[in-house]
Amino acid sequence: MYNEIIMAGFGGQGVLLIGKLMAYAGMKAGLEVTWMPAYGPEMRGGTCNCTVVLSDRQVGSPISRSPHAAIVLNLQSIDKFESTVRPGGILVVNTSLINRPAVRTDIVAVPVACNQIAQEAGSTKAANMVALGAFIGASGLVELDLVKGTLADTFAGRPKIVQLNHVCLDKGFAIGRACAAQLVG
Amino acid sequence: MAKKLMKGCEAIGEAAVQAGCRLFFGYPITPQNEIPEYMSGRLPQVGGTFVQAESEVAASNMLYGAAGAGCRCFTSSSSPGISLMAEGMSYIAACELPVVFVNIMRAGPGLGGILPSQADYRQATKGGGHGDYRMTVLAPSTVQEAADLTMEAFDLADEYRTPVMILGDGLIGQMMEPVEFKKHIEPEDLPVKPWATTGARGRAPNIINSLYLNPEDLERHNWDLVRKYQSMAHLARHETYLADEKMDVLIVAYGTVARIARTSIDTLRAKGLKVGLFRPVTLYPYPSEALARTAELADKVLVTELSTGQMVDDVRAVVAGRRPVEFFGRVGGMIMSAEELAEQVEKLGAAS
Repeated sequence: MYNEIIMAGFGGQGVLLIGKLMAYAGMKAGLEVTWMPAYGPEMRGGTCNCTVVLSDRQVGSPISRSPHAAIVLNLQSIDKFESTVRPGGILVVNTSLINRPAVRTDIVAVPVACNQIAQEAGSTKAANMVALGAFIGASGLVELDLVKGTLADTFAGRPKIVQLNHVCLDKGFAIGRACAAQLVG
Repeated sequence: MAKKLMKGCEAIGEAAVQAGCRLFFGYPITPQNEIPEYMSGRLPQVGGTFVQAESEVAASNMLYGAAGAGCRCFTSSSSPGISLMAEGMSYIAACELPVVFVNIMRAGPGLGGILPSQADYRQATKGGGHGDYRMTVLAPSTVQEAADLTMEAFDLADEYRTPVMILGDGLIGQMMEPVEFKKHIEPEDLPVKPWATTGARGRAPNIINSLYLNPEDLERHNWDLVRKYQSMAHLARHETYLADEKMDVLIVAYGTVARIARTSIDTLRAKGLKVGLFRPVTLYPYPSEALARTAELADKVLVTELSTGQMVDDVRAVVAGRRPVEFFGRVGGMIMSAEELAEQVEKLGAAS
């Protein structure tokens, strides 16, 4: 098992955080994990991304030119990363901010209205959690409960935030799982 | 202690604290600012002192003083900052003082850029400052190893009374991986340093000085240093990956680049090409004997670095013409992808 996942969006959308949550969950599941943020000039222009590698053996390259999955939260990110996903891989698309569908037909596209769903749940700030939930639902890569547990630890003493994020993770998870089930069916 | 997910820079900082180091002197520069940031918060918690010096030159001379007084101390910087520290480094080596330097390399020369690089290999392993001296150079490849080698660096520095450098690149500084600190040392449990200038109450004064106006004395001092460096040869360390039997191509790489090579090797092995990796963990002393033995098993050797070709000189010296040694490098902050490196190996494997 060797999985490279890229998460990308605007600065402030929380892509680095969902990357860290994935990495923590992987670590708790006993996997080898690496979290690598893009830094430097690439960060200019407001886009932001990180790569997470989850593996059952030692992690090689911390960066990836052809990830197994990408979670894209804005238009610039889908333009940049859709073409890089490996055939058969997963692309989670935030349809609230991306006004075009995925072009690739050899990957599993998971369209999710992350901002809208998060807003209905209480705050658009949690749109990243909807996306993370959708990815976990579609990929089954880590247990959702491990992510929830990490979130509860990270935001200990702020139960409202934890609850909102848990709701958003669940909503995303259901959509992701439905997408994957459809594909299998 | 349980495993924690930490950035390479933070792991290096915490490792210093766990090693009983309570003094940091430095000056900010990207991409290693997380180290001074971490130390500025952490050292006051353990009764230590963090000093942001007025310059790198000042920082390295503060280290000179603190180490002379017998305290574990360290600094971190990135390439242009390390050049500025080179004066102090030479004095520290001359006076045989234990100091740990961390260089999170960025692309050069000059101010260059802030993205990862390995172009300070020569500066780190062959000198940097003036005069005949060497630094022990350790090159971590994972965040855990960055923590382990940092702790070890303090022990080596004390044992051999010599400056030790942790040579990493921007990737290892910024990436997060699980880390566990395997030891914890309190400063008061560290061995006493009878040579330190601690105030000569009740004993003859200790003198720390690098000025030898008598050439006979200075020559003797130079050869003493050489003998010390030679006595450290057994510290040479390396790691191999799938390099125990006959290979088409042996890749030699250190630090983060060696990880990219691992990924390339997995792809190439799946295609039936016999490729292995030799990764020096210590860059000085260099694991020459082990490399010579491993290279014998391969038809060809490919050295890959984030430089225009620096470590390749050492590999060529070791292989000594017995095998063709080729080079592939990316510079300027550009990083080779695993695919790109695999293509280079395939090309080399096909050409004969």
